Amino acid sequence: MRYSQWTSRALAAVLVLGLAAACGDAPDEAPDEPEEAEMPFDVGTAGHVEGMVMYEGDPPPPEEMDMSSEPDCDAHWDVTPTRDVVKVSDGHLGDVFVYVKEGLEGMDFPTTRQAVVMDQVGCRYTPMVIGAMTGQTVTFRNSDGLLHNVNATPTNNRPFNLSQPVNMDTDRTFTEPEVMIPVRCDVHGWMRGYVGIASHPYHVVTGEGGSFDLSDLPPGDYVIEAWHSQLGTQEQTVTVETGETAQVTFTFSEDMLNTAVVPLGDPIYPHRVDQADPESGHGAHEHAPAARTLTSAPDVR
Amino acid sequence: MAGLLVLPNGGPLTAQEADLERGREVYDRWCASCHGVEGDGLGPAAGYMLPRPRDFTRGLYQIRTTAGGEIPTDDDIMRMIDEGMPGTTMPGWQDQLSRRDREAVKDYIKSFYAPFETMAEPEPLDFGRAPRATAERIEEGRIFYDSIECWQCHGDTGRGYGSSGPELEDDRGYPIRAVDLTKNWKFNGGGSVEEIYRRLRTGMDGTPMPAFSDLVDAGFMTDDQLWNLAHFVRSLAPDDRPRVREVIRADKVEPGQVPRTVGDETWEEVEKFFIPLVAQIIILPRWFDPAVDGVWVQALHDGEEIALRLTWHDRSQSPDPAWMQWQERVLEVMEPVEGDPVEPDPRPDRFAVQFPPVIPDGMERPYFLMGNSERPVYLWQWQSDRDGAEPARARGMLDVETLSGSIEADAQWEAGRWQLVLRRNLEPSDSEGRLHFETGTPIPIAFFAWDGDNAEEGPRGSVSSWFFIYLSEDPPPSTYVAPVVAFLLTGGLGLVVVARAQRRERALGGGTTGDPDPAVHPPPHDDHRDDGADGGGDSGPEDDPRPPP
Repeated sequence: MRYSQWTSRALAAVLVLGLAAACGDAPDEAPDEPEEAEMPFDVGTAGHVEGMVMYEGDPPPPEEMDMSSEPDCDAHWDVTPTRDVVKVSDGHLGDVFVYVKEGLEGMDFPTTRQAVVMDQVGCRYTPMVIGAMTGQTVTFRNSDGLLHNVNATPTNNRPFNLSQPVNMDTDRTFTEPEVMIPVRCDVHGWMRGYVGIASHPYHVVTGEGGSFDLSDLPPGDYVIEAWHSQLGTQEQTVTVETGETAQVTFTFSEDMLNTAVVPLGDPIYPHRVDQADPESGHGAHEHAPAARTLTSAPDVR
Repeated sequence: MAGLLVLPNGGPLTAQEADLERGREVYDRWCASCHGVEGDGLGPAAGYMLPRPRDFTRGLYQIRTTAGGEIPTDDDIMRMIDEGMPGTTMPGWQDQLSRRDREAVKDYIKSFYAPFETMAEPEPLDFGRAPRATAERIEEGRIFYDSIECWQCHGDTGRGYGSSGPELEDDRGYPIRAVDLTKNWKFNGGGSVEEIYRRLRTGMDGTPMPAFSDLVDAGFMTDDQLWNLAHFVRSLAPDDRPRVREVIRADKVEPGQVPRTVGDETWEEVEKFFIPLVAQIIILPRWFDPAVDGVWVQALHDGEEIALRLTWHDRSQSPDPAWMQWQERVLEVMEPVEGDPVEPDPRPDRFAVQFPPVIPDGMERPYFLMGNSERPVYLWQWQSDRDGAEPARARGMLDVETLSGSIEADAQWEAGRWQLVLRRNLEPSDSEGRLHFETGTPIPIAFFAWDGDNAEEGPRGSVSSWFFIYLSEDPPPSTYVAPVVAFLLTGGLGLVVVARAQRRERALGGGTTGDPDPAVHPPPHDDHRDDGADGGGDSGPEDDPRPPP
């Protein structure tokens, strides 16, 4: 053992106590009788959007995650875990963040009360993509009980880099809408997650079936955007009418893999600068060979 | 600009505008070449630096007194401007610029990140006072270091060789190294226990180093435990930064006693001389990101042979496949502009010791970067994928010719550190191009190191300037001192014994002298143990506060 059994037990004990204490404080939900969330429109007039995200072509082969440097995580998986950067089943695309991009301006929605959880299980973010509302609690959970750090590098929000050496939850909120905020673990370089922040509750992440559901929208015209970590973004406009369900389908395809521009909170990467702004006159990256850059990028950039 | 209205010490708007204009002038003159005119960290010189200069447009600052993710206080920014950042290319400006200019630059830097205008200046955290360092605290800290897995990045011994190393990147995707905790003089935010504790609490935004404040606040660890950890980290480094001395002394030992292996215990008593190594940025292709920043040199001779033990920190035993991705990333951002493109390649680690072919009269020495066509140098070259080392003659870094014969070598990489013993007869096997070591005279010596996994070879490596090595003509003074002390002790005690015996004789009227006290035996003869100049702080991190696992 590299570290003392005693210490890990002590830490575990502290953890249990900590959780107990947290639970003790917890029941503010029931007695507090939350004021009924005041929606900024007549909910009786609401309509809905349903849709599907499709994928055409062959998905890239899953990237194997070499966890040999972390035996505890390695042991968690029966087969070598993969980073399913493009998660496709029967032509349906998962891990897509879908949200209302335009059409809700000026409306002030109550903060979603329930926390959204991004867990760390077997040294993988579960789920890899989450969405939350500004002000909503985002819980970063360490279920592995070994050292992770949660290093979020947003642009519009303030960054943070949390240490989580034991089983624990750490809560954070984001103040500004942002699509998307990258999250990574520096201890386990293969761990990459994404958090989308909207100013309203109309956002969803597709599961394996690729379907999504944005219900109870005020009637009106909207721009809906779908974001994928490798395939970039797509927009659709849709009209929502009272009591009706509008249908939207997004279709991503294999050929977008090489051309996609993926909006991320993190705007500056060394190998993007020359391409993005060749005339800038900044000499910093003049000798970073552009040809090698994108292919060697370990992840979306 | 309007935001400056909320800055403290605000005067009339025009004065503030004038101050900001002053800040811009000073910034453009002194800061922009690295940090960029736009404050984006992309100045013309930035490409030669790793870590890259701070990008002020993101409002992210490593060294703060505020919680993780918070903006810094004005004092935090001033401290960086005034004192600079050890371990980086950022110098301190306290002695270069007036207080007013530095304040103006600070305000101008803040103007690159708009939220400074709207956010209230944050409160610094309360860090309390450092508890006194005790052996118990340091031991507790060590256990804590292990249990919360600091070694994942910093390595068991703290030498920065943890398994996460090859993948680490900063907030902008540039490769970044976990700091070698045994060299606290290179800590970006300072190496005192208080400063270490602050980095633990606040984290270092923009780097992989996370903040621990949340853990303390949530009761997962106590503040005391964090102080213990800080004390332990501090204990990994020497009390004082190693002093650099011009002359390496090679003491003389008994014939046949020159140690042959890195593990020979004789070395533990031999003084260590720290030689700093710096980037080779003169000969093309230059290299601005060398991984090896210093070597500890120990030397002994016995009149027949000379041996050097060289100790330097290196995060990997090259070529290590795990570090290939590091090499790719470093080359991507640091590839030399000059010469042929450099490809990632499995490269060995290398080390070279340089001498003049003959001991020069006076101070005139060959060019320190491996000589030139007129004045070659004599090298001992070692590389990690071969047994032994070989002699060579160089007429410049790009003109190295192997000589016949060999240099005896023994090398070992362990826990983030190379140790290498090189050994040769004082008299060369063949006088052609090879130095004849003489005792009692200073002999020029210089050093080169290459980290293969950092894409280093040829001119791309780290170098020292010329130093001297001095082979003592006779055993060190301790050899004389010890017998003298022994003689005096023996003599003195002998007198005591005699006096006592005489007393007893008088008392008893007998003639016995009694056994002398066992303590009067002379101390065991040891060439080195009594050597008063054992290095102390000079030996630095190599004192190994904790053995490798």
